[in-house]
Amino acid sequence: MRRVVVTGLGVVSPNGSNIPDFLNAIQNGVSGIKFVPHYEEFKFNCQVSGVPEFEWDDLKNYINETSLYGLKAKGIGLGIKAALDAWTDAGNEIVNEETLWETGCIFGSSVADMDFIKSSTSKVDAKESRKLGSRVVEQLMSSGVTAYISGRLGLGNKVISNSSACATGTQAILMGYEYIKHGMAKRMLVGSSENIDTYVFATFDSMRVLSRKFNDQPEKASRPMSITSGGFVPGSGAGALIIEDLDFALARGAKIYAEILGGSTNSGGQRNGGTMTAPSGIGVVRCIQDALVDANIDAGEIDLISGHLTATMADKFEIENWIKALGRSGEDFPVVNSLKSMIGHCLSAAGSIETVASVLQIAHQFVHPNINLEDPNPGIIDLITENNLPVTMVSKEINLVAKANFGFGDINCCLIISKYNK
Amino acid sequence: MNRERILNDLKLVIAPYTENKAMLNTISDDTDLICDLKINSANLIDIVIEAESRYHIEIDADVIEKMTRVGNAIDIIIQKTNQAA
Repeated sequence: MRRVVVTGLGVVSPNGSNIPDFLNAIQNGVSGIKFVPHYEEFKFNCQVSGVPEFEWDDLKNYINETSLYGLKAKGIGLGIKAALDAWTDAGNEIVNEETLWETGCIFGSSVADMDFIKSSTSKVDAKESRKLGSRVVEQLMSSGVTAYISGRLGLGNKVISNSSACATGTQAILMGYEYIKHGMAKRMLVGSSENIDTYVFATFDSMRVLSRKFNDQPEKASRPMSITSGGFVPGSGAGALIIEDLDFALARGAKIYAEILGGSTNSGGQRNGGTMTAPSGIGVVRCIQDALVDANIDAGEIDLISGHLTATMADKFEIENWIKALGRSGEDFPVVNSLKSMIGHCLSAAGSIETVASVLQIAHQFVHPNINLEDPNPGIIDLITENNLPVTMVSKEINLVAKANFGFGDINCCLIISKYNK
Repeated sequence: MNRERILNDLKLVIAPYTENKAMLNTISDDTDLICDLKINSANLIDIVIEAESRYHIEIDADVIEKMTRVGNAIDIIIQKTNQAA
């Protein structure tokens, strides 16, 4: 088995569109949630969202002009930016001639851009399909973001697009890790992107699962584990990591942020309490325990849990599952945080952005705060104590992080990430 | 329709689809859209769509296959605009 290390990071997050800004934001508890006037006009219950700073012109130095001209699907744009930032952060050049047979890409997404889909289907309905042109298919296909990224970089190993709702990002990373671990690839660009447009937002709003009581205080709206949490706040963005075979990384003198020790993905099968929209506790516990086995570590060694913790009624259930999986509770429970308190729930991109945050917490030895947790759910406090729910940044030794996400379809994924030790 | 005017129009239409902007100013009837201007063959259809809209014409699929050089493209546009008129 090969060791797998993280050598590059890229992020387009609602609270920072590059790694230095993002690091600064998560250390200082900076929210990226904003009021969206448009959503008020549409009479949505929730009118706030995690909105990253992103302009198409940002991509001028990333992809060539002909490729950028006609690119309209925003989810693809966000993914390209995070992916190429990770690539250059890892010390790589963008090569134009060679195919990199040892390097692959697994990048996930949900739907790239409903506005773009609408503009395309409208032309068909208006009997003007001949005006669609050549650039629509590549932006409608679920593999669009992966195709743009791998094409730009000339990636020649496994190029795969995945989709599993909120578990998408962590799954992409896990799959890339597994290919390298088993010697099938030397290096993988992994990550995911999500573009929450009006139409995607509306579908969640209609499910009545979104935060609706803090429209006038956007930064307070995302409240994981709080007694006043009343639903999640959707967010857009993308996260990307370069992961590689340790020897390959050392040979090229790469800087190493962290090591991925293992992970697991499973499904509760939508049985035993699991449904389309809710995880089965049994499945979640198995997933976390399988990840510990895969990483060959003891539950007692986990220093930090980067939870899924979306700010719904399910937060307490998630904590209960972690308690069962780790066999730890009360003061003995690890420190827990939810990045969603600052950026909302970035759905497909949640796992990759949150994993970038996990890696940064290892690399810089800190625990980012849970913002909006001045009124924690007493039921959660009873289980794991207030001491394990930091509301300001904590500088401490972080050797092992468990990062998990749980998605619609009863899909679970857990990664075990470690400080890199020679 | 004046060939020179169409050529100048085509320079504008083609511009977003070629990385070889310098060559655009020197294109002539013999310039090959794919070999010389390095236009992605799939994008030729986008150039056709823009030309169709600009001249209010419709260019058939089998005609598009003949649009390999700037000169062919101008011929086709002149022919189609004459038909339309």
